[in-house]
Formats: sequence, structure tokens, C-alpha cells
Amino acid sequence: MNLWLIPIFPLAGFLINGFFGRRMSRTLINLVAVGSVALSFAWVVKTLLGLAPLETKYIEHYFTWIQSGALQIGADFAVDRLTAVMLMVVTGVGLLIHIYSIGYMEHEGGYYRFFAYLNLFMFFMLVLVLAQNYLVLFVGWEGVGLCSYLLIGFYFLEQYATTAGNKAFIVNRIGDFGFSLAMFMIFRQFGSLDFTKVFDGAKSMPSEAGYGTLTVITLLLLVGATGKSAQIPLYVWLPDAMAGPTPVSALIHAATMVTAGVYMTARSAVLFTHAPISMDFVAIIGLATAVVAATIGLAQTDIKKVFAYSTVSQLGYMFLGLGVGAFSAGVFHLMTHAFFKALLFLGAGAVIHGLHGEQDLRQMGGLFKHMRITAITLLCASFAISGFPFTSGFFSKDAILVAAYERAPWMYWVGVITAGMTAFYVFRAWFLAFTGDYRGHAHPHESPLVMTGPLMLLAALSLFGGFIDIPRWLEPMFAEKPENQTLAWVSAGVGVAGILLAYVFYVAKRGLADSFAKAMNGFYTLVLNKYYVDEIYGALVVRPLVAISRVVLWRGLDAGLIDGTVNGVGARARGVGGILRLLQSGNIRTYAAWVVLGSILVLIAIGFVGGAR
Amino acid sequence: MPTSVPISWYLILSAILFGLGVAGFIYRRNIITVFMSIELMLNAVNLTFITFSYTLKQIDGQIFSFFVMVVAAAEAAVGLAIILTVFKNRQTLMIDDVSSMKY
Repeated sequence: MNLWLIPIFPLAGFLINGFFGRRMSRTLINLVAVGSVALSFAWVVKTLLGLAPLETKYIEHYFTWIQSGALQIGADFAVDRLTAVMLMVVTGVGLLIHIYSIGYMEHEGGYYRFFAYLNLFMFFMLVLVLAQNYLVLFVGWEGVGLCSYLLIGFYFLEQYATTAGNKAFIVNRIGDFGFSLAMFMIFRQFGSLDFTKVFDGAKSMPSEAGYGTLTVITLLLLVGATGKSAQIPLYVWLPDAMAGPTPVSALIHAATMVTAGVYMTARSAVLFTHAPISMDFVAIIGLATAVVAATIGLAQTDIKKVFAYSTVSQLGYMFLGLGVGAFSAGVFHLMTHAFFKALLFLGAGAVIHGLHGEQDLRQMGGLFKHMRITAITLLCASFAISGFPFTSGFFSKDAILVAAYERAPWMYWVGVITAGMTAFYVFRAWFLAFTGDYRGHAHPHESPLVMTGPLMLLAALSLFGGFIDIPRWLEPMFAEKPENQTLAWVSAGVGVAGILLAYVFYVAKRGLADSFAKAMNGFYTLVLNKYYVDEIYGALVVRPLVAISRVVLWRGLDAGLIDGTVNGVGARARGVGGILRLLQSGNIRTYAAWVVLGSILVLIAIGFVGGAR
Repeated sequence: MPTSVPISWYLILSAILFGLGVAGFIYRRNIITVFMSIELMLNAVNLTFITFSYTLKQIDGQIFSFFVMVVAAAEAAVGLAIILTVFKNRQTLMIDDVSSMKY
């Protein structure tokens, strides 16, 4: 089925735009960038139709990439039902965001560069989901990290953007370190990195004996996943990543790349299910991230920051789903989240675009009459993320929460409270932006069709995407979880309560929010400052590291030891030379005498040794 | 071999020639004489080679002496060129006056 064509289209787009984009017209750049993704999407659809119903895994082997002793890595792509979901999400949402970007980036510099990076990102993301072994997955994994870095730092003249890019890259390195170690352990344990071989090996492992190893492996994989998918303790890079252009936030930092950790964990489900301790870790980290990020989201004033923390929180939900064994629910939420979170970001982008770059919610308000389409589509997304009945978020979030209830009821209740907070902060943002009176100074205007078109499509997906029954589709791979209507309605009810609360606070009784914030001053300050996590990390990790690097590594080791050694050798050589050069009298007869003397000494030496026999 | 010259005579002659060469090499001031002293040493060595080759009935020594001659010829070409240049620049052949390499 020529799976390799799927990622190769965006790669070609990247090469064309990257090398020749500077001299190409905008129309041509658009054609190449959007066209390549459209072709990729078309090929995905064609492939999946051709492979349907995809009961078993379809594998393509291209060539042996690495052959070294027992290590054999093939350049293999594969499609199964999980990959199919990811392919549709990545190329589908990716295509919409590419189209949207044409409008959003219209007035920006570096137009061709933006689309080249975006296409490169698509290439690596598709490699990531198509991979049939851990190393090829890792190639995609690192590649999307690179593109994320490049796009966060897209406005590279701004200090904050480059800093945010560096932060994202460095924090991700920590996760990748864990992932690399996990791969080493997997190879040691199973002698291969191929998914089929590894999972078969894990299934046939003697029960108690191998569990320790599997626990270590999965915990290390989890470290990798927390880095890429912005979970505690490595989530700090994602909010800062909002320094990039908004379509990038939508595509990379909400819909696709950050879900790579979820995908990888779901892909490694066999390993995780054999390591119950790791499963608990995944669930607890997911739940903690969901709660912490949601509380931070309550007080943010930057519209993109609100949605960024919302993304972290929703990713926490996905990990909760994975951790309680509901892998299909986690992937389901991944998909619906891709719809409504991409929409939230694109909508926020439309608002920012319409306000000429204003991102502060306090400078918005009353925008409904200026940008109707944006407001209504954003409202759809807000309902979906709040888990309003029969929107997409309702089905996926409740699938996770019900599964969490099966595992431990307290997890369910914490999750439900978080769902309430989610509904509250999302609607807070919506009300602040679109209702009341306009508080800013720009001249708001609606975005062109090239931007609102994708918004409307995504709004439809956010509302009705829940009827795509992903858990059933994934049933051959992951056991389906029991349903529980009552619990589902309880969490939906809490979501609606959150919406109403936001309405009361920000529409019905305006002053209430401020007086409430004053009443809970301590907590409010804490949340507003994001629990001071950045400051704590700065004090505990970054500054000591910089200080040690500067004092010990730079001044001590580099300047002192290494430079000292090299300079010392040079200085000694000069010193010795300074003494030896006194022998150079310039008098040729003296030299001649030295030669004769030397010869005689050699002769005497030979005589002592016993002559050359 | 009826009345052959004893091998020691050749070696002594060679030693004397070599000694003269060393002495000239060290004591003479004229650069050309120094040069000729080097040639003298080389040829003293050649004589030793030939002597042993003749006595031991082995061809190696003679071949070696050819090599020495070739080297001597090459050395003469380069050496004389250097001497000419030195003379051109300094109008002297006294090696004590050519001491600009000091320190």
C-alpha cells in the first residue's frame, strides 16, 4: 500500500518550501504546503479504505536500517487500528490547521519558513505514528521535538520566544533521556526493538520473574511520555510554548505532538499492563497533572495560557485513562481533544488576529457582535471540552472517568471536580472575551473565510465527533471497558454546574469574581503564579546547574584544567626551548665539533653494548 | 692470492684518511675545505667498504659504496649551491663570519 508515501509528501513540501520558498510567491507556497498535506491526507484515506477492516496489523518492510551484532533495526512502517486513528487525526486536523494558517500568517514575516517547518513537523509526526519499532518511533519523536523548538522560537527576534524554545527543548531532553534508557532496557530484555517481537516477548514472559524489569522499562517510558506530553513534573515547557504562532499551538502543542506520549503509552500497552505499579504511576501522575493544571487555568488572564493549561489538564485525563487500563478511552479522548482543543486555539488565534495581537482577556469583551462565527465555533468547543451531554468531550471524558471509577472511586471524584473546573475556566475565557463591553482599544473584525472555514469544520467535529465509536473500533487491541450511565451523567452535571458558575461570576454578577478572588487571596495568588513551580525549578535546578557550570565546569575544568594543561605544555616547551637555544652559537665549527663529539659518543655506546652483531 | 697486501694496511689507511677528514672538518675555516673534508671522510668509509667486500668475497660492500658515491654527488651539488649563495650574499668563505643563526 506504499505507506511511505504518507510522510513523504510533507517532506517534499518542506524541501521545496525550505529551499526555494524565499523566491516563491505566496500562492505557490500555500499550494505546496497545503497541497502536500492534502495529498498525504488523501493517501491516508485511500490506504485505510484499502486495508479496512484492518483486523490485523499491516506491516511494510523497506530496508534494514541498522545491522550490528544482535541489533537489527528495520525501516518498517505499520498500520493497525490505533495507527489509523492517529493518522486520521494528524493529517485531518493538520490539513485544517494548514489551511487556517494561510489566513493567520498573512501579515507575518518568514512566511515560507513557517510552512516549511509545519510540513517538516507533519513528516516527523507521521513517521512517529507509522513506526513499527521503537527506534523509528524515536526518530519521529525527536523530529517533532525539533520542529516544536523551531516553531516556538519562530519569532526569534523576541527574547521570550527563544527562551521558551530552549526551555521546551531542554525539558524534553530530560524525558528523552528516560526514553533512551527504556529502549536500552527493552533491547537487553527482548533482543529487539520491533513492536511485534517485544510485545510477544512480554506476553510470554514468566509471570513474576520479569515484572521487575518491565516495571523499570515502563517507568522509564513514562519519563519520556511526561516530557513529550507535558505531565508533572515536566509540564513546565508547554505553557511557555505559547510564544509560537497560534496555529502552531493548535497543531503541535494541543492536537498532535503533545499526544505522542499518550500514543506511545497506548502503543506499549502490553508492557504497561504487565507492570501494575507503573500503571498506578501513570494514573496518579495523570490525575495530579489534571488537577494542578486545571487550578492554574482558573486564574490565567492570557487567553492562550488558559488553553495551554487546559491542554496540560486534558493530557492528564488521557494519562488517567491509560493508567486505569482504559487505553481505548485514552485514545478516544486524544482524538476528541484534538478536535476541540485545536478549535479552541484556532478560535483564540482568530480573536488575537482580529484584535491585532491582543492576547489579554482583560482587554477583550463584547466581541460577540464583531466576530460571530468565531464566537459560536468557540462556544461549540467550550461545550465539548466541558463534557456537555452528547458533545464529543462527553463521550470520551466519561469513558475515562467511568474506567477510573472501576479502578478507584476517589480517582473518579477528583476527575469529576477537575471536569467542573475545566468547564468553569473555559467558559470564563469565553464570557470574558465575547460578552459584556469591549475593554480594549483595537478595532475588532471577523477573520476571512480561509480561517473561519476550518473553525466551522472543527466545530462540527467537536460537537459530533463523539459518535465515532473509537473504543469499539479499538476493541481488537484493547479490552473494552464497562459503561455506567449514572456516573457519566454525574460528571456531565458537574460540567454544566461549572458552566453556570462561570456565567454567574462573569456575566450575571460581574463583581463576584473579584471579591471571590480577594476572599481567597492566598490561594488566588498561588494559582495566579502557577504554584511558583517555575521559580522552584529555577531555584532548585536551573540556577544551581548554571552556577556549577560556570564555576566548576567552565572556570574550574575548562579554563582551569583543560586550558591550563594545554597552555602549560606550551609554556614549558617555550621554557625548555629558551634554555636549549643557548646552544645555538651560530658558529659552524662549533656545530661540527658537536657532530664529531656525538659520533664518538655513539661509537662508545655501541662498544659498551657489544657492537652491532 | 700470491702476495696480497694485508687487510690491516687498507684499514689503517682508511682510518688515517678519516681522521684527516675529521680534523679538517673541525679546524679548517674555509668553507670549501670543510666541504672537501667531508668528501674525504666519505671516501675513507668507501675504502673500508671495498676492503671488506674484497676480503669477504661479498658484493654488498661494493654496492654500498656506489650508494655513498651517489649521495656524495648529490650532496656536492646542493652543498656547492649553498656555498655559492653564501658567497654572493656575504663576500666571504670563512665560516666564522657566517654566524647569523646565533640564538
